[in-house]
Parts: sequence; C-alpha cells; structure tokens
Amino acid sequence: MKKLATFALAGVMAAGPALADLVIPDLHYRTGAYAAGGIPFSDGYQDYLNLLNARDGGIGGEMIRIVSCETAYDTERGVECYESTKGEGALVYQPLSTGITYQLIPRATADGIPLHTMGYGRTSAANGDVFSHVFNYPANYWDAASVIVNQLLEENGGSLEGKTITLLYHNSAYGREPIRTLETLAAQHGFTLTQLAVDHPGQEQGNQWLTIRRERPDYVVMWGWGVMNQVAIQEAVNIRYPMENFIGNWWAGADHDVEQAGEAAAGYRALNMNRLGDMPVFDEIRTHVHEAGMAAGDGSNVGSVLYTRGMYAAMLAAEAIRTAQEIHGVAAITPAMMRDGMEALQMTNARMEELGMPGIGPEFAVSCEDHGGTGMAIMTQWSGTEWVTLTDFIAPDDSVTQPLIDEDSAQFAAENNISGQCGDS
Amino acid sequence: MFYREAGDFKTSYTDDNQTFPIAFDRYRYYIVLVIGLGIIPFIINDYWANSILLPFLIYAIAAIGLNILTGYCGQVSLGTGGFMAVGAFTSYKLMTAFPWMDMVTITLLSGFMTAMVGVAFGLPSLRIKGFYLAVATLAAQFFLVWLFNKVPWFFNYSASGQISAPERTLFGLAITGPNAEAPVKYLFCFAFVFVLAWIARNLTRGSIGRQWMAIRDMDIAAEIIGVNPLKAKLTAFAVSSFYVGVAGALLFTVYLGAVEVGASYGIQRSFLILFMIIIGGLGSIFGSFAGAAFMVILPVALRNFFAGTLGWDPALATHFEFVIVGALIMFFLIVEPHGLARLWALAKEKLRLWPFPH
Repeated sequence: MKKLATFALAGVMAAGPALADLVIPDLHYRTGAYAAGGIPFSDGYQDYLNLLNARDGGIGGEMIRIVSCETAYDTERGVECYESTKGEGALVYQPLSTGITYQLIPRATADGIPLHTMGYGRTSAANGDVFSHVFNYPANYWDAASVIVNQLLEENGGSLEGKTITLLYHNSAYGREPIRTLETLAAQHGFTLTQLAVDHPGQEQGNQWLTIRRERPDYVVMWGWGVMNQVAIQEAVNIRYPMENFIGNWWAGADHDVEQAGEAAAGYRALNMNRLGDMPVFDEIRTHVHEAGMAAGDGSNVGSVLYTRGMYAAMLAAEAIRTAQEIHGVAAITPAMMRDGMEALQMTNARMEELGMPGIGPEFAVSCEDHGGTGMAIMTQWSGTEWVTLTDFIAPDDSVTQPLIDEDSAQFAAENNISGQCGDS
Repeated sequence: MFYREAGDFKTSYTDDNQTFPIAFDRYRYYIVLVIGLGIIPFIINDYWANSILLPFLIYAIAAIGLNILTGYCGQVSLGTGGFMAVGAFTSYKLMTAFPWMDMVTITLLSGFMTAMVGVAFGLPSLRIKGFYLAVATLAAQFFLVWLFNKVPWFFNYSASGQISAPERTLFGLAITGPNAEAPVKYLFCFAFVFVLAWIARNLTRGSIGRQWMAIRDMDIAAEIIGVNPLKAKLTAFAVSSFYVGVAGALLFTVYLGAVEVGASYGIQRSFLILFMIIIGGLGSIFGSFAGAAFMVILPVALRNFFAGTLGWDPALATHFEFVIVGALIMFFLIVEPHGLARLWALAKEKLRLWPFPH
C-alpha cells in the first residue's frame, strides 16, 4: 500500500494532469520454475524506468507508466497478458521468453506494436525487411553460437579440427535455436557436434551427464535457463568435468546459476551481451528509486548479471523512445512512432557514458534491414565468488549467420506472404 | 415452480426421448444458444476471445473427448496432451502442404488422424485396466511429444521446432493468423463445440454409449450380456481421440497460432484436462463444460480481481491464485466427489420440488 501511495504521490507531484503517458508493459515471471531468472531481469527493467521518472520526470517530459503482468513463463498466460495490456497504448513488449515471443510476433506485427527480444526469441527477426516490428538487437542466438566457436578457435590456435563439442540444450524453441548454426560451423571447422536435450524444467539430467562422462567431449556448450543451469553445473562438478571447458550462453551465466555450486564451479565460463561490474547508474538507482521506496523487488539484485541486463534492456527502450521523440517532434509517442525510433536507434560509447553505464554494451546502429545489432558478446568466468570479465567484445562470424538468417526469414516471408518493408533492397 | 414435469405433456415418442424433457431446461438451452450466437459475437473483443472464450470452448471439446473415454467408458487416459499434439501437427502439415484446403476439412481430418493414433494406443486397453492402462497412455503422451520434437519433418525443418499457423480464410474471413477477427474465431470454435457436443450427447444416450457404460461398470458382466469389449473400447478410444484431436488442432490453429510441442502439449496439459472432467463430473457432457469453465475462467477471474481490482503485486496475486484454485479443487473433491455436474443435478432435484418440498 505504501508503495502504491508513493507512486501516486510522485506522479501527482511531477506531472500534474498529464499523468503517465508512455506505457511500457513488463511481462515478467516472478513465479514458477524460471522465476530465479525472471525476478532480477524485471527488477532491473522496472527500476531503471522508475529512475527516469523520479530523476528526470520521465522521458522528454512525459512520464512512464509501467504495466506489469505475470506470465510465469507460460505461453498462454503470455498471450493473455499481451491482450490485456495492449489496449492501454503499450509502446514496446519485452516478454523474456522465446516461446511467448513466437506467439507475439504475428500478433504484435498485426497490431503495429514493436517487440524487443534482446538476445532471445526468433533469431531470423534480425532481418528487418521481413520482420518489420520485431527487434533483437544487440545480439541473437546464432551470434552467440558463432562467438563461442570463434573464442574456442582462438584458444586452439585457429583450428578445431578433430575436437568434439557437446551442445546441452533446453528442449524447447529456445534451446534448439543454435543447432543449425553449430552444425554449419562444425562442417566448416571440422569439429564433431553432439546434441543432448534436457526436457523442461531441467531437473533430470542424470543421463545426459552420464553420456558426457563416458564420451568426454572437449567442450560442453550449454543453452540453459532456469533451474536447468544450476543442475547442469552441479552435475558437471560431480563428474569432475573440467569447468573451464564448460561454456554457457548468456542466459546460463547468472549469479544464482553458480552460487549453489560455489567454489567447486570456479572456471565455468559464460557469454554475456552486456558488461558487468559497478556503474554510476546503480548509485543513482539506489538513491532515487530504492531509498524512495519504489524498488521493483526487494532491492537485493542491484548489479547482478540479469539485473544489469534488465536495466540495459530498459535503457535501450528509453533511448528508442527518445529517438522517436526526436524524429517525430512529439513527446507522447505512439507505438508506430516507437517502431521508427527503434529502427533509427544508435548506441554510442559517449551516450552510454553519459547515461552512467559506460561500455555496458557494444556500439551499434539499427537500420531498416538490420534489426539485429552487431551480435558481439563478451566471455565471463566464474571465479568461485564472482563473475570476472575475460575478454573484450568478440565479433561473431557474420558470413555464417547471415545466410542462415536470410534463409529462415525468406521461408517465413513465403509462408506468410510478406514482401519486404524496406523497399529498394 | 417453473422447473417441473407437470403440465409439460408429451404426445409422441420423439418428444418423450428428447435430450431436455423438461420445458425449463429446453428454454435455458435455447437462451444459451441465443446468447452464444446472437449476442456474444457482437460484443466480443480480442481480450475476451483470447483469454476466456476461445480456451473455454476448445478445452470443452477436449474435456468432452476425455469424458467419453474416462467418464463413460471407464478407461483412464493420461495421453490427452499427446493426442492433442497429433491433431495440431496434422493440421500444420495439412495447412502447409495443401494451402487450398479449407479449415473445416483440415480440422476434421486432424480429428480422424488422431482417432487412428488413439485406436493404436488404445489396443493395450483390451488387456490391461485401471492404473496399468493409465501408465500405458502415459507412454503415449511421452512418445508422441518426443516424436514431434525429434523428427524435423513434422515441423517442416524449422530452426526452432516451433510450428506456426499460416493465415487461412473461410468465406473470405481470416480464421487463423494474426489478422483473424475475434468474432470469426469465436464463431468457428462455437460451431465445432455445438456440433461435437450435440453428437456426443446423442452418442452417449444411444446404443454405443450404453455399451461404453456397461464396460465401465463391469466389463465381465457386459461381455456376458453380449457387449463386444473390443468394439466398445476401441470405439471409445476412436471417438474420444477424435474430439481431443479436434481440440488440439483448434488450440494450435485458432487460439495460439504458434506452438511448441513440449510447452503446449506436455503432460501438464493431460493433467489439466483430467482435472477438468474430475471437477466437472465424470460421465456428463454438462460436466465437461462446467469443468472447462472452472479451470479456464476461475484463474483469470482471480488474477483480474487481485491484480486489477485490489491492485496487488502481480506475483503475489499469482501465488494466491495457486492457493485458491488448489484449495477449491480439494474442497470439491471432498465435498462433492462427483463434480459440478452432480451439484447441478442436486440443484435441479431441489428446484423440481420448490417451493413445496413436501
């Protein structure tokens, strides 16, 4: 109740009659099997938007109104949340679930509301010519697969000939996304790829790890989410698999994934699409949001891996709103204007520094054709007590991912009778 | 006072055998049809269609299907989710392979395909019963989900294993895909529910239904009086799977639009539909509707009440929803093990005597 009262009071004081005009829904999951990942992300997302409200009076003078809805990572509930919130003038959806994203792509496109699926969702949505309302910058799954292989190439003197890599994946659309890229890369670089699927929710992995123990692959790459990550890391520790050869993608490298195994998991590596560590913006969030009693959660997640990513996502949304306001010259933008803003978004190091999060992501510029950003990612390693950044941003091999994106999006375009939106291409 | 047989004279055998012999029941049924066909299509919006009415109608078909098998024929099945997946993937393959085919044909063919698969998995029921049969159908559930995950032909070799429904029209109106209007989707599902429920109601009143019930009540006695268990059990599996397959196909094509087999047709779906018929009432068509309504509408209503009206934190509201729905399920199982249909029947008995119970 107190939280609500503060909210209302802050709104009345700051904006007067023009109350809360930029509607941003937050389809979060704070319950269910995947809540451990959903909570910090949502906290970061909401806290940053609340910071903009409290500190700057919204964006361009318009207050932001967050409409939150609980999906529990369930696709049907995700659809319900979408239907119940879209009427409020929602500017952008960010469902944090590949399954829900697949549901929302046709619906949101028909309703003219942009989707931002940052590092998840349908990879070929990077082709903006076909997917007019879907954006997956700064990186996607196929980039991630390529970045991991590039990093392994570098460690092995440029050749993976004769190596074996096992992909341990969540048996869902999410986990299957990288398979095609990894198969192409396996053919190109001469390594053997084996695939081990883990069924939802991922607590049962005895068989998979027995196979790994028997076959001793040179590397294990994991596409996991939720409790699957913790279990996999614990199992890897149990069979004494060399942890530095076990690499997760960016959804398998959060604090809660490794904390349970603790010291034993030291050496485990994971990709990340945003930088970690302390940033000036965290202090601002603590002062303006948490101390004012407006924290989205219990406030304990500030600075954790997924909190930072949620905040990064909110920042990208806010910057797109700002860009849209500049393009159209109005403060109260519509979803259509938001889409234009996302398509014209440019992130520069100077801007990120100005926002108090220097170098949080790579520099990138979105265009009509390219909704995917650069696809660069960093490699981080669990030291036993904290995540340490190992590398600078590593670029994926676009010559591998681009043809796959073109092929998949062309198939989607053919199935749904879409002719390119970008005109002259 | 209104609900009674007295004064409602039947002058022919047809009248005497009709589904709703009491006048009040008949009027109520017509009123439901008028509301369903004449009012709802004009006031329905996307939210009502996609959150409440479409899932309710589609789950009602699935619940009727499972009720035929479990409630009328006594064969416990935990493979409903898998059979729904058969329906969904059949429609997907038909929709993509034959773009000219209309949705009614596709949905019916999906039902027939599921019926064949259902009969195949129903064969063990000739030898095993009860819990053992439940385990055999559980195997069907896991096998079918595994199959649709494993063989890329089923999902047209897409990168993610997801299937998504392309746009199809009927009489020039889009039924599937993002451009389908809420009233069209609603009426399409309503038509299927109406026809299938009507058939189910009459099947269960007729000789096949009586054979099923004889098998359910005591299979040896049924065999002695001349019921062929092979025929009775396999027809129950076939009809039930047909319904379940149609529901699975509609769930994918009309309601969700994009589906991932593990998430949408997993074991939890089988349990959901089993809960529906247990809560609604085994061996009752009305119970299938009541159970589907209970499991679909109650969570949404609770969520809207807590998060919308009371303004609670959505996560807290979701936790409370679990608590309340779970508690209500237990309450019903203890107080009325025969489900909502039994409560309805009791209410009707009371109404018949009202206002002069003695």
